[in-house]
Amino acid sequence: MKAKFLVPLLLFFGLAGFLAFGLTLNPREVPSPLIDKPAPDFSLARLDKPEQTFALKEMQGQVWMLNVWASWCVACRQEHPLLVQMAKQKIVPVVGLNYKEVRGDGAINARGMALEAETAMAIERARRWLSDHGDPYVLSVLDIDGRVGIDFGVYGVPETFLIDRDGRIRYKHIGPITPEALKDVLIPRIEELRRAG
Amino acid sequence: MPVDAPLAMLRRAALTGAVVASVALGGPAWADTAPADPALAPTVAANPALEADTMELAHKLRCLVCQNQSIAESNAPLAVDLRNQVREQLAAGKTKDDVIDYLVDRYGDFVLYEPPFKAVTVLLWLGPVVLLVGGAAWLAFRLRRRREEAAAERGLSAADRARARALLEGGAAGAAQSESPESRS
Repeated sequence: MKAKFLVPLLLFFGLAGFLAFGLTLNPREVPSPLIDKPAPDFSLARLDKPEQTFALKEMQGQVWMLNVWASWCVACRQEHPLLVQMAKQKIVPVVGLNYKEVRGDGAINARGMALEAETAMAIERARRWLSDHGDPYVLSVLDIDGRVGIDFGVYGVPETFLIDRDGRIRYKHIGPITPEALKDVLIPRIEELRRAG
Repeated sequence: MPVDAPLAMLRRAALTGAVVASVALGGPAWADTAPADPALAPTVAANPALEADTMELAHKLRCLVCQNQSIAESNAPLAVDLRNQVREQLAAGKTKDDVIDYLVDRYGDFVLYEPPFKAVTVLLWLGPVVLLVGGAAWLAFRLRRRREEAAAERGLSAADRARARALLEGGAAGAAQSESPESRS
């Protein structure tokens, strides 16, 4: 009974604790419901050979990553050197999903543009960007209208999906990959998936 | 931070906003005079019932880029894409539940403005009720105890009664002593 006056103080500290924890969370990072589920199947034109398509099953049997990028994406520029370095060290094969290369760019008015013209422009821009900044991808595919992006639950660029040998999404990294995220999260997970297979 | 072309968002805000507003006001006549713009034209569907259903659903779905707006309100490119998805799927004959499931499968429950009732959201849904009922119970308990305590204080023991009687009958000396409690009221 004597310590009764401490009750509001303790309640306050409890509440402050919850609020302090809330500050460490990032509301922009929405957990994906696709984790541990089969990656959505798709078939898209390749950037290097637009007359050919790439399908998910071509990567079956490998642990790999799908990296969503676009030349207009500023944050992609930030993570790109790391991807290039990863490719040099052969850490993991990375497939690029070029997301809404033309219509996603706020500087271009793609409305009313014919799909062929938009595709040609996307190829030209994406290739130029890769030759300027280095191409870390096994190959890139063109998601002109962003439909495959929606299937993967993409809501910003860049995003990276780690996919296992059976084609299941095992991890999603939202935003640019940082050296810390690579070392502390991605590489351990890649190694674990390789061991598991 | 993921960046989904904020410039495009601003750029399209004015145009799409005007179209959305005209839909909200129910001006189908506008559709006939609208410029044939492939990116915007689907916003004003030829079928008003379909458009009403689309907008009803769009108001229930959260835009993941501008998180405090629904995809009906937001002009982020992703919101426009998702609105078009909703419209396309409804036009193809899917039910509203199908469309909601489609989006939840890809973006999770976060895409819903009204969270579903399930194990992890029990506290969210029932918490306020528990607090209300618990608070009311605590209040009732406190009030009853206070009343009991007050009643216990009002009741005089036999010894107190005898003393009171002695004071009342005892004359001036006793009256002066017992003055304090009553005289102030």
